[in-house]
Amino acid sequence: MKAKHQRLMLALLALAALVGAGLLAASALRDEAAFFYTPADARARPVEPGKAVRLGGMVVKGSLKHAADGVTIRFDVTDGKATVPASFKGITPDLFREGSGVVAEGSFDASGTFIATNILAKHDERYMPRELEGLEYNETTHEMKVEP
Amino acid sequence: MIAEAGLIALWLAAALAFLQLALSALGLWGGKDELLGAVRPVAVTQGVLTAISFCALVALFLRSDMSVLLVASNSHSAKPWLYKFAGAWGNHEGSMLLWVTVMGLAGAAVALFERALRRDTHMATLAGQAAISLGFYAFLLFSSNPFARLSPAPANGQGLNPLLQDPGLAFHPPTLYLGYVGLSVAFSFAIGALLTRRVDAAFARAMRPWVLAAWVLLTLGITAGSYWAYYELGWGGWWFWDPVENASLMPWLAATALLHSVTVLATRDSLRAWTVMLAVIAFSMSMVGTFLVRSGILTSVHAFAVDPERGSFILALLAIYIGGALALFGWRVGAVREGATFRTVSRESALVMNNLLLCVILGIVLIGTLYPLMTEAFGHKVSVGAPYFDRVAGPLALALMLLMAVGPLLRWRQDQARVVAKRVAVPAVLLVLSLVVLLMVGAGTIGVLPLLGLAIAIPVGVASLAPLWKRNLLRTPLFTWGMVIAHLGCAVSLAGMACDSAFTVEKLVAARPGDTIRTAGWTLHFERIAPIAGDNWTALQADIRASRGGGAVMIKPQSRFFTLPPTTTSEAALLTRWNGQLYVVLGQEADAGRWQLRIWWKPFVTLIWLGGIMIALGGVLALIGRERRGWRHKWQKGEA
Repeated sequence: MKAKHQRLMLALLALAALVGAGLLAASALRDEAAFFYTPADARARPVEPGKAVRLGGMVVKGSLKHAADGVTIRFDVTDGKATVPASFKGITPDLFREGSGVVAEGSFDASGTFIATNILAKHDERYMPRELEGLEYNETTHEMKVEP
Repeated sequence: MIAEAGLIALWLAAALAFLQLALSALGLWGGKDELLGAVRPVAVTQGVLTAISFCALVALFLRSDMSVLLVASNSHSAKPWLYKFAGAWGNHEGSMLLWVTVMGLAGAAVALFERALRRDTHMATLAGQAAISLGFYAFLLFSSNPFARLSPAPANGQGLNPLLQDPGLAFHPPTLYLGYVGLSVAFSFAIGALLTRRVDAAFARAMRPWVLAAWVLLTLGITAGSYWAYYELGWGGWWFWDPVENASLMPWLAATALLHSVTVLATRDSLRAWTVMLAVIAFSMSMVGTFLVRSGILTSVHAFAVDPERGSFILALLAIYIGGALALFGWRVGAVREGATFRTVSRESALVMNNLLLCVILGIVLIGTLYPLMTEAFGHKVSVGAPYFDRVAGPLALALMLLMAVGPLLRWRQDQARVVAKRVAVPAVLLVLSLVVLLMVGAGTIGVLPLLGLAIAIPVGVASLAPLWKRNLLRTPLFTWGMVIAHLGCAVSLAGMACDSAFTVEKLVAARPGDTIRTAGWTLHFERIAPIAGDNWTALQADIRASRGGGAVMIKPQSRFFTLPPTTTSEAALLTRWNGQLYVVLGQEADAGRWQLRIWWKPFVTLIWLGGIMIALGGVLALIGRERRGWRHKWQKGEA
């Protein structure tokens, strides 16, 4: 094979690899990217059970309940327009409490309860989940502002 | 005074970078050859000045000089000295100063120690290094001045994010930065060679040690970062596909590809344009990583400041350098002659496959990392995590491992498929055997990816030793040892990852002091929980007696409260045994008297980082081996 042909072959291979990577990524992203939902989104467009999504909102005051095993909690998540029941088994981040913002990873079960597998921590005022930046909860009117 | 001295040193260094660029450009293309003699001293002085500036910042942090804005907002006089010291780069400005310091020192090292390169390419390389440095100097001086004063000076500072208050901070960022910025040398080499049209084996031999060194440091930095995240975050995971982790993985993938292609170029004079392109991509990935991390576009513990102006500044630098390098490549690639050819069955081909696979994985990681940013521009909030990366990058990485087992057994230029088949027969049989055994034992209980990983790790480990087969081990060149150990390290690391995901036992309980918990062969006796105090924190500490068969060991997971800034972190307790780690996290009080405990037994998880260290060690051996051979050649020539 001539040097020129070999170079052309290599260039074509590289191009094929690039296109291949793009196609692979695109097809996988369609299935695996977890969309961010607020409770109102989830009511407007129900999420199919078992699909990995993120749910964000406020933990409703008075809704937090500890199960007898000591490690499972149940709580309601609201954005002021809709409320979704959620449950989580594990150690919650320290800044997780009633009336504070929460972003949870997980999926809905058949009954519409959100089964959280991970609750994203807000380490402190400076480091908070990006999704919560646009969310503001008005304590007095119980309304949630969602900025795109 | 120290702050002003540091700032002056930084300005002088920036001026020298400009001088270095001007001198080398005039000398090379302006016909003023006599100017070139000044380039090297200027580069060295510039390196020294950046070091002085960096030392000034460290001194300010050590002295807790609160009249400096950066110290006041990121430090506190009550902090242990180690975190005052490491805190100098635990913030945006300080870490960017570390970046330009490493860049200045790397330029000085290229000026001082590079002897193999042609003089004109050497000068063009130093011009390239100066051009890149200039942009980052501008970034520091105009938008992130680390020495800005604060008036009036506050009585005390705001403290350092407690998650960063760990000895890891002293080691992880500098190593990673040395690796990131070390790749700038490869980038400058590529620019230099394109400018002087000298892309050949001699160029590759000159570039290789710099690539190897940067790659070793990147490997160490990533390994250390992974272990740090593993024990500090208390989530039991060792890799989270966090954008910031990806930002360090992408340059590593590109550097790994570059490392292999530069060897082809050095040994066989093939893959000329390809290698130059990879050198450009590798440092571009470092810059993309910095952009992602430092622009505040991603919110994480690594994003110190959310400041759109800085983000756009870095984005502009990125566009100028990457765009410029690609344009130069497009313009000059025609002048780069084709190198030597090779057959389809040859080591060159295997290395081309290695490069392609690495680049595909790199592309997949890059797309996955940027996708949330792209969709957000269209109003959809999306997160891309482990499910995506595992599903797409996982199988490709496994294919790469198989290729890694076969590649070193091929001859350069051409080989015969039948002979190769004979050489890989033993690992191939092992692969089939381990697959069958694992399918019988673990089908249904172990996930597909961990099962394949386990099945592949053993034969690949055996095959990576094959290049030593029937050789006199003492006379085997050091760089062959390096390759063998690095490849074996990959297999070891893979085994650790697969074991961790296949066999980890997790238990989550709410326990009272006095309770006994049994899991995975361990007996944990929860003795008491009590408050304790540290240097700048207080904590609740659980005393747990852990035993497995014989002797018991006390382990003490903590939940720490820092007051400056007010934050809680959990300090996991780790108990390392030869066959795995016991990992215990103390949670919150579940109800009166009961405490949440999360317990993992992770078999062979330590292999992950052991493998990482082996990979880096392999790189060091290869570096020493190549350099020593070079010295010996020179010495023999001198004798004759």
